[in-house]
Amino acid sequence: MSNDINETGGAGPSHRGVEIGVAVAIAGLAVIGIIGATRVGTGWSAEGPRAGFFPFYICVAILISCAVNLTQVLRTESDGAVFASWSQINKVLQVVIPTAVYVSIIPYSGIYVASALLIAGFMKILGRYGWSASIGVGLLVPLFTFVAFEKWFLVPLPKGPLENLLGY
Amino acid sequence: MEDIGNLFHGFAVVVQPYNLVLMVVGIVLGVIVGVLPGLGGANGVAILLPLTFSMSPTSAIIMLSCIYWGALFGGAITSILFNIPGEPWSVATTFDGYPMAQQGKAGEALTAAFTSSFVGALFAVIMITLVAPLVASFALRFGPPEIFSVYFLAFCSFVGLSKEPPFKTVASMMLGFALGAVGLDQMTGQLRLTFGFETLLTGFDFLIAVIGLFGIGEILLTMEEGLSFRGKAAKINLKVVIQTWKELPRYWMLYLRSCVIGCWMGISPAGATPASFMSYGIAKRISKRGFNFGKGEIEGVIAPETAAHAAGTAALLPMISLGVPGSPTAAVLLGGLLIWGLQPGPLLFTEQKDFVWGLIASMYMGNIVGLIVVLTCVPLFAAILRIPFSVIAPIILVLCAIGAYTVHNNTFDVVMMLVFGVVGYFMKKTNYPLAPMVLAIVLGDKAEESFRQSLLASQGGLSVFFSNALVSTIMTLGLIALFWPMIQSGLGRLRAGKKGVRVAE
Amino acid sequence: MSAPIKILTFGVAACVGGAFALAAAPAKAWEPTHPIEIIVPAGTGGGADQMARTMQGIITKHNLSKQSVVVINKSGGAGGEGFLDVKNSKGNAHKLIITLSNLFTTPLATGIPFNWKDITPVAMMALDEFVLWTNAEKPYKSVKDYVAAIKAAPDNTFKMGGTGSKQEDQIITVALEKATGKKLTYIPYKGGGEVAVQLVGNHIDSSVNNPIEAVAHWRAGKLRALCVFDAKKLAYPDKVTPDQSWADIPTCKSEGLDVEYVMLRGFFMPPGVSKDEVAYYVDMFKKVRETPEWKKLMSDGAFNTTFMVGDEYTKWVTDAEKLHQGLMKDAGFLAKTN
Repeated sequence: MSNDINETGGAGPSHRGVEIGVAVAIAGLAVIGIIGATRVGTGWSAEGPRAGFFPFYICVAILISCAVNLTQVLRTESDGAVFASWSQINKVLQVVIPTAVYVSIIPYSGIYVASALLIAGFMKILGRYGWSASIGVGLLVPLFTFVAFEKWFLVPLPKGPLENLLGY
Repeated sequence: MEDIGNLFHGFAVVVQPYNLVLMVVGIVLGVIVGVLPGLGGANGVAILLPLTFSMSPTSAIIMLSCIYWGALFGGAITSILFNIPGEPWSVATTFDGYPMAQQGKAGEALTAAFTSSFVGALFAVIMITLVAPLVASFALRFGPPEIFSVYFLAFCSFVGLSKEPPFKTVASMMLGFALGAVGLDQMTGQLRLTFGFETLLTGFDFLIAVIGLFGIGEILLTMEEGLSFRGKAAKINLKVVIQTWKELPRYWMLYLRSCVIGCWMGISPAGATPASFMSYGIAKRISKRGFNFGKGEIEGVIAPETAAHAAGTAALLPMISLGVPGSPTAAVLLGGLLIWGLQPGPLLFTEQKDFVWGLIASMYMGNIVGLIVVLTCVPLFAAILRIPFSVIAPIILVLCAIGAYTVHNNTFDVVMMLVFGVVGYFMKKTNYPLAPMVLAIVLGDKAEESFRQSLLASQGGLSVFFSNALVSTIMTLGLIALFWPMIQSGLGRLRAGKKGVRVAE
Repeated sequence: MSAPIKILTFGVAACVGGAFALAAAPAKAWEPTHPIEIIVPAGTGGGADQMARTMQGIITKHNLSKQSVVVINKSGGAGGEGFLDVKNSKGNAHKLIITLSNLFTTPLATGIPFNWKDITPVAMMALDEFVLWTNAEKPYKSVKDYVAAIKAAPDNTFKMGGTGSKQEDQIITVALEKATGKKLTYIPYKGGGEVAVQLVGNHIDSSVNNPIEAVAHWRAGKLRALCVFDAKKLAYPDKVTPDQSWADIPTCKSEGLDVEYVMLRGFFMPPGVSKDEVAYYVDMFKKVRETPEWKKLMSDGAFNTTFMVGDEYTKWVTDAEKLHQGLMKDAGFLAKTN
């Protein structure tokens, strides 16, 4: 894929800024890892490395490579390239936000109801399908998964009030 | 040879109409569980196991092993169509399979994948038939240092492959190792990097990371580019199978190499996952079209699929002769053997001839039937890509959520999946390669475990990794693979020196 | 609490008696209304997993329950994942967990917030035995030979393989170290089958595999059974190898190695379930025990078939917990509070 730097134009967050952000975030994870590793011992005991030995040095390696990546980004002049245009980011958020809502209501509504809402909503709002098509697919897919998982393969998935009402 | 007679007897049992029907049922069911995320061969086998108690052990094992084949075939489908590998050994298939599908070559990719699976499995079965006893004793030679050396070789033949900046590759791979280390430390029984969170007890399962990074991340990227699947124009007739087949014989050397790698990994307890990565890595180094790997190269589908299936099949041999299952599916099969009163172990071959040769015969037949079943479905699978994105995307999201949930039956994992998805989107956009990270999550803790087991046994001496011919050879191969680019350019320069022509690197 | 016997008779009467008993009884006996989950706090292919899956097969084949049985492996965190799941499923009468010694060892070694008192005991199905195995090619004909060899060599010369870290196999290893006065190198592996193969391949010197994990290699003449870590010999006199039966293996104590250990294979349920619900499963397990498949599993694995329910079982578990606390403390396996 060659669309790493967006040529379509349009304003948006700079690619450089995001690069820096990603490097810092990974470095942050590495620091957490180092703290966690020191808690369980990072030394080399008589029986070989201890529990924190590998995590510690792995995280140190992450920090070093993040530092290199960061200096590389900082050394190059900003070329004005954008990470993605605002309209593209908007589109991405159109998926991320409903999915975030979806995953956060699963524990309460069960996976089937949440899935029905996600599919129907996605089709209606983003796909501009009619109500009948959206609701139709929205109902059929969870229904099929219900039969496949709960009935055939006996794999229990999270269920909510509706399923309880129906006796599951 | 007496064995051949036994095998023909096995065939006679297998081709009874009743058994053939069971075979088709098993394959179809296996493909279904292989395709649905969150279900694996283990589910299919476990569900049907009780039903098989009324059958003869041979009929039962035919049906169950066919689920196993079906699931192996099915694993490639989601990898190619949606970039979502359902099993660790399908990860390498996504690297070129998914780009092919996006270029409208889903049919070719699927045909190549299925055919390669078949070739790999067939090669392994032939090997089992001919040298079964030898193979079992070879497996016994693998102690912790040998197993570590195999993982080492897998990593070495894979790293340095990406075109991304080297330090981003390192960061990505190390992040994978770090994520893999979260949870219980097998060697000391201590919890590490969990910070007291109960949800981190189980660590980060590869499947959740992969569903997020590859599956969700890909949906986000597609979204950014507008609501369309680029590979819409998938051909949907069976001609594509024939056309692809015409091309495949050209790659006979690749097939042979991948089969050998696969069988070897399958017999050693390392299994199919390192086999697929190793085969892909080596193919990329050796192939003339190596530069095109990762962009939709058919060789990049053939190599991992062939090796994974040769390994998956060869791994059944240690299972029946040593009683150690190589995968969860194999473990459930093993449980089945026990319930039928068959004790897996060295004596099974002499005490239960009918059963063992029936099983081996069913491996031949099952793969042939399986290939026919999945190939006829190629147009059907490819047609899925014609469904508009705004319909298929939420369905994929739902299936991803189910897949993530079923790993540990934990809704927190579904949240993690989305987090991985967003992380994957950012990493991909900023040129951090995802494959090394996934490889590290999949094999990292296993490699660490065998490394530390080796050191325990040697009381801390690193020389254990060069203590005998087997382990030294594998370690040396690993080092050669690691420094291959340098060796290659060195050789190139040597040759260039002779000819007096400078070879462009 | 009523006596266990009462619970049992009630369960049997309600379930075996069927419709007639129901008509007479004022309250309807409890029956599951959807699939029953059996949680296995260990990986696929291990002893607990095999037992759970065998039971799944038996229950289905003999129609012992109207609802199907599902086996789910939750092996994360040395089984902690499974235990916490059951602990958090308060009142769910469709969930069972099959336990092994990690019921005690995992919370002690990792410090996860779990104790067996958080869940409801149902029944002990069997006790699993431990046998000291060596490779048949090695010259040790008896425990005495082996112990003498250990004593003659420097510390850490002999390698003991086992399942997991700070769990039953390592507890026995520490006990062996105490008895011999020499350090052994303990190498943890993921599963018992793997340990047995490593022993056959001569990568380790001995193992304390459960009978079922090593029996295939024993029959094939690859392994030698030195002694069993129980107070009495195993109760299976049929020949397994050409010249030995399980009952022929001496106890370790009689051979001068004073170490005893058996492992629980029992069932628990989530907290907050009713007596009727427990009684239903107790009754189902009793029927399972009567089937030929179960008996075969027991003899294949040379299990100690002690069956306990109710107070007797609770008391056994309480004692076992105390025992493990002592053993783990002595061995230095307790989690440091962090």
